[in-house]
Amino acid sequence: MQAHALEHEHGHGAPSGLMRWVTTTNHKDIGTLYLWFAAVMFLLAGSMAMAIRAELFQPGLQLVSPDFFNQLTTLHGLIMVFGVIMPAMTGFANWQVPLMIGAPDMAFPRMNNWSFWILPAAAILLVISLFLPGGAAAAGWTLYPPLFIQGGISYDLTIFAIHILGASSIMGSLNIITTILNMRAPGMTLMKMPLFVWTWLITAFLLIAVMPVLAGAVTMLLTDRNFDTHFFNAAGGGDPVLFQHVFWFFGHPEVYILILPAFGIVSQIIPTFARKPLFGYASMVYATASIAILSFLVWAHHMFTVGMPAVGQLYFMYATMLIAVPTGVKVFNWVATMWRGSLTFETPMLFAIAFVALFTIGGFTGLVLAMAPVDIQLHDTYYVVAHFHYVLVSGALFAIYAGVYYWLPKWTGHMYNETLGKWHFWLSMISFNVLFFPQHFLGLAGMPRRIPDYAVQFTEFNMISSIGGFVFGASQILMLIVVLQCIRGGRKAEAKPWEGAQGLEWTVPSPAPYHTFETPPVVK
Amino acid sequence: MGLRRALPVVLAAACASLAAAAWADYQINFPPPKSSLAYAINDLHILIMWVCVGIFIVVFGTMFYAIWKHRKSVGHQAAQFHESTTVEIIWTAIPFLILIGMAWPATRLILEQKDTSNPDVTIKVTGYQWKWEYDYLQDGVKFMSVLATPREQIENKAPKGPNYLLEVDEPMVVPVGKKVRLLLTANDVIHAWWVPALGVKQDTIPGFIRDAWFTATEPGTYRGQCAELCGKDHGFMPIVVEVKSEADYAAWLADKKAKVAAAAADAGKVFSKEELMARGATVYNANCASCHMPDGKGLPGVFPAITGSKVATGAKAGHIGIVLAGKPGSAMPAFGPQLNDADIAAVVTYQRNGLGNSTGDLVQPAEIKALRK
Ligand code: HEM
Ligand SMILES: [Cu+2]
Repeated sequence: MQAHALEHEHGHGAPSGLMRWVTTTNHKDIGTLYLWFAAVMFLLAGSMAMAIRAELFQPGLQLVSPDFFNQLTTLHGLIMVFGVIMPAMTGFANWQVPLMIGAPDMAFPRMNNWSFWILPAAAILLVISLFLPGGAAAAGWTLYPPLFIQGGISYDLTIFAIHILGASSIMGSLNIITTILNMRAPGMTLMKMPLFVWTWLITAFLLIAVMPVLAGAVTMLLTDRNFDTHFFNAAGGGDPVLFQHVFWFFGHPEVYILILPAFGIVSQIIPTFARKPLFGYASMVYATASIAILSFLVWAHHMFTVGMPAVGQLYFMYATMLIAVPTGVKVFNWVATMWRGSLTFETPMLFAIAFVALFTIGGFTGLVLAMAPVDIQLHDTYYVVAHFHYVLVSGALFAIYAGVYYWLPKWTGHMYNETLGKWHFWLSMISFNVLFFPQHFLGLAGMPRRIPDYAVQFTEFNMISSIGGFVFGASQILMLIVVLQCIRGGRKAEAKPWEGAQGLEWTVPSPAPYHTFETPPVVK
Repeated sequence: MGLRRALPVVLAAACASLAAAAWADYQINFPPPKSSLAYAINDLHILIMWVCVGIFIVVFGTMFYAIWKHRKSVGHQAAQFHESTTVEIIWTAIPFLILIGMAWPATRLILEQKDTSNPDVTIKVTGYQWKWEYDYLQDGVKFMSVLATPREQIENKAPKGPNYLLEVDEPMVVPVGKKVRLLLTANDVIHAWWVPALGVKQDTIPGFIRDAWFTATEPGTYRGQCAELCGKDHGFMPIVVEVKSEADYAAWLADKKAKVAAAAADAGKVFSKEELMARGATVYNANCASCHMPDGKGLPGVFPAITGSKVATGAKAGHIGIVLAGKPGSAMPAFGPQLNDADIAAVVTYQRNGLGNSTGDLVQPAEIKALRK
């Protein structure tokens, strides 16, 4: 049946109606689904962030109870990581990997359909957990026991949601790895692949390595909660800190899972608008691989205050500092690519440049946090909150924006509205910094994270931060408008809308036809 | 073009808010250090920060120079170079050397932080949801330290005091210039004991004991907060440390010991209903109200009500039993180790005869003693 339907699709364009999306095995359709899923989840988790910033606008409890506040921060974190950044990156992989390596589709189209369609189930579990007695999980996105063990039924649903998200990621990764390794066009050797493809190849391996670790950790939580297994309960011979080790063995590679595809996107965009090849392609590949390997060796830098012995502190400090070297190489290469180019500043390039500068600020604060003695003061404060928002919002999210603007003409066949795009960029860039820069000061001055109310000395910076937050939140509506406009119409896009663009995706017409590269192109 | 015209306005607004920030007394760095460790951490942080700022200026100075000069709109032609092994080696090696320079002072500081040997005073710190207990092991003095900010301030019904959320009923007290070793643990979930000015943050882990140390350099009152998410009132369990001169510390300790003796005498007393109810209300508000709520109504679905509860209106022994032993697998802690017999007798009496209940029976310390084993 399915095979017949597939056959049938070939001659024609896309089938129409709702069932097209439910049954689709087309990589472009699935990429679109992933991206829209991420967009919807972004609005959901973003509105939670607005509620958090509104509560923190001034000291005292105004809008939400402390318990609900903790539910908001927990869901905000979980959804942004697993429901927004990861699906958006997978959406890019689905759309772009086959187009960039000259493959007709992903290697396992039906598994691809499943990888996507189990995601909404996980999202629904998280959302209904909000309405169960006791509310959603409120132990932080890091799920630390014993606090996590205390919670009600919604904590179990959260665990199941994470299982499902993990299964989806693993299936998606198998698909991506197989596609990249087996389906490249003749002549496209590994060292000729676009950097975006390289970063996703490495990311997919990271995902396969660590998602099972997370699944194991949360399953141990599940059995501790329901069957008294006492993995993490000292009274039963377990150890609460064990969970943190296992979680961060997943968690640190996870942060690179979020950022490596972003490195890839930016490495496509900067050469295009500098009209100059990427500087140090080979060193970019090696740097990505060494970051990935190092990411398995540094996890306990999230645990400098649990009371490790001195050798533990020293080892994890040195290993973490080492990651700054390959990260630095990447930044230097991007700057060298721009050096003596012929630069233009369309919206994708603006986001890419902001990415380089602001991500680097996040890298520097990472280095400060890597210094174990200093981290003793900064751990679990707003300084850490600022750090990871610099790498995740002005890092991963800005790269996603850059990528959407960059490939939107290819996806829709229309040019987006450049003026609105620039407005979106400038509003986001400025309000982002107003939102998160003062949080460094708050952390240094002593404000812990995950608190619904704070001492009066923190008022001013919290107000500034909240104002930045509201402007940032509102600015993202602009993006939605630009994308919708672009889908519905606009100036016709050429096959290669960007003067300096290189790569196979620009050899097919815009919008990319439903089926591309049915006969593989030849790469010289 | 709309954007060109609007940009200056947006930039001006951003500058104005920055300028506003400069007028007020906004703190942008660590609070003034008051222990030898905190001084060292401060210095290390400042060193690292300037190194980062320096690198940032060099790298992004270069980038913005390129943005300025190598634009298509000023007619710049793109060069086509794209590889240089020499350059790659240089910018791998230089950061590596800088990192070694940073690791050196950090290593020395880690070793210092971890050296808890030869303390002058040892205090056991226990984290509870949501308060701290300090146990002066050498002196037999032990007490709870609970948030002292009134609810009205938190609920915006009264103006907030200067130490809003950073004040407790009984602070930890230590002598100046002495090495204080903390032994830290927790009773229920993980908390973290953190006082920025003293340069100490240590997670407190149920079932395990960790240690940390500090030597305060100056008498004064230093404030901090729990730094590990520990449930609903995580934001409401501050830490206050009073550093006193040696003489003042000795006087405080003597006073504390006298109070311990007085409390021991209470254990044999028989109290009147009024005494029990008054004392019970205080104990209830400090220990029970955060979950069961000040009016005894609980939080539906999360924390059970006391008002009309089967336990609080049923047999005395069952009621006392759950207060002494807690309810394993739930957030209800065992108060047996935390409170003395008189306090437990009072709070049980209060729960049975206040908060809308009226069983009419009194509980005396002797009954608690009998049920403890
Ligand atoms: C030079 C690179 C980096 C270094 C040296 C670094 C270092 C650190 C350290 C030491 C912490 C622990 C802070 C604490 O909790 O006390 C931390 C937290 C964190 N980092 Fe990074 N980091 C780097 C890059 C990144 C990147 C690229 C990402 C993600 C894209 C990232 C995401 C995070 C997140 C999410 C946390 C906080 C997790 C939590 O506690 O909720 N970091 N980083
Ligand atoms: Cu990490």
